[in-house]
Amino acid sequence: MIWDWNFTLQILPILARAAVVSVEATLLGFVIAATLGLVLAVIRIAVPWTAWTISVLVELIRSTPLLIQIFFIYFVFPKFGLVLDAFTAGVLAIGIHYAAYCSEVYRAGFDNIHRGQWEASIALNLSSWTTFRDIIIPQAIPPIVPALGNYLVALFKETPLLSAIAVLELMQTAKIIGSETFRYTEPITLVGLFFLAMSLVSAALIRALERLLNRRNAR
Amino acid sequence: MTEQPMVRFDNVSKRYGSLTVLDGLNLEIARGEKVSIIGPSGSGKTTVLRMLMTLETINDGVIWVEGEPLTHMRQNGKLVPANLAHIRRIRAKIGMVFQSFNLFPHMTAMANCIEAPITVLGMKRADAEARAAELLDMVGLSQKKDHYPSQLSGGQQQRVAIARALAMRPKIMLFDEVTSALDPELVGEVLQVIRQIGREHDLTMLMVTHQMGFAKEFSDRVCFFYQGKICEQGPPGELFGAPKNERTRQFLHAVLEAG
Repeated sequence: MIWDWNFTLQILPILARAAVVSVEATLLGFVIAATLGLVLAVIRIAVPWTAWTISVLVELIRSTPLLIQIFFIYFVFPKFGLVLDAFTAGVLAIGIHYAAYCSEVYRAGFDNIHRGQWEASIALNLSSWTTFRDIIIPQAIPPIVPALGNYLVALFKETPLLSAIAVLELMQTAKIIGSETFRYTEPITLVGLFFLAMSLVSAALIRALERLLNRRNAR
Repeated sequence: MTEQPMVRFDNVSKRYGSLTVLDGLNLEIARGEKVSIIGPSGSGKTTVLRMLMTLETINDGVIWVEGEPLTHMRQNGKLVPANLAHIRRIRAKIGMVFQSFNLFPHMTAMANCIEAPITVLGMKRADAEARAAELLDMVGLSQKKDHYPSQLSGGQQQRVAIARALAMRPKIMLFDEVTSALDPELVGEVLQVIRQIGREHDLTMLMVTHQMGFAKEFSDRVCFFYQGKICEQGPPGELFGAPKNERTRQFLHAVLEAG
């Protein structure tokens, strides 16, 4: 028999608990990515002399595989005295990796703001902090929500990489079940179905958010 | 001792690469004076306003505002480039209205007018709203205070922009071709508002304009710019009535012909 329903029901609760870890890693990772990405993009504009350093950093992060960055933070950082547990190291690596991508998205969003908005802010003597907070960011974010949403889904689909440093997320749990029972069909298929379902749900939510923002902007 | 000029351009130059936009500009504007700047496009007239608003850096010279340097500060008796705190302190005396309005599209007319008073001047929201309501009333838009810019006509947007600038209580107001982006039938309502603030407020006003009729009637002095220099200046009656310079005559002839 290729598919064993009893076995499926038996491993489902175990995988469900692991799914919680995957979702947690996704959400935490994305919070880091979205926040750090925004900070990088803002600093790049507000403090011009940092622009070169930040663009090199972003390029460096985007041009190396995420798996290497995960290993680097988990295995190499301890050599410099920074010991992190696997989950923290993994989430941090994912967050930083996607922060590099998100910062480029924010940058595109800022570039789209008409020069007159910056000039009006100067003419009203707004501080650069107020300019970003009240004028630039509120206008820049709505158009880039779809792009950020795509990175959320992409980030989510990369969480199985955390199995490489033995974080007990979905993939790692499925592998353990497989190696203990010699049945890989059900656990791996279930993991695939779970990612499919979650990705579709996320995509639908992002579309809904996009519609909401468009409606508000159409005022 | 004569009274300190409100603004003084002291040998100010502006270059973009090899292109000289303004060449050693000297210009004094007295407190409360209304000065119009006219001239062909590319003559540097808008640059004068943009430098005064610190939207453009200057390459040479010093701009003085009420006797204090705008983008310089004194250090050991010498003038050095000013820090941001100094620039913001002097800049607070100046307000600007733009050709393309530049209202904040995600904010209502009221929110546009209270943003800077609250965040920069530290006014209480209620006070800022009361003041903004007065100004919106003055520009004839008290009914539109909860409208977003996209719901307003060009003339209405420009009047909100004027109220927004006045809400910061500037001593100097700059108007950069403020009617150029408007449909002809909306020009009058904006000029009417400018006329009114010229009467009611003790503002120093500096405007770049193509509305020769308005410049003639409204200004104390008109400056004709040509190729980065003031080619001719004087009271509007003289400059429009009997221009001395050949360039001025040619320009006025061409403009009046077209208008």
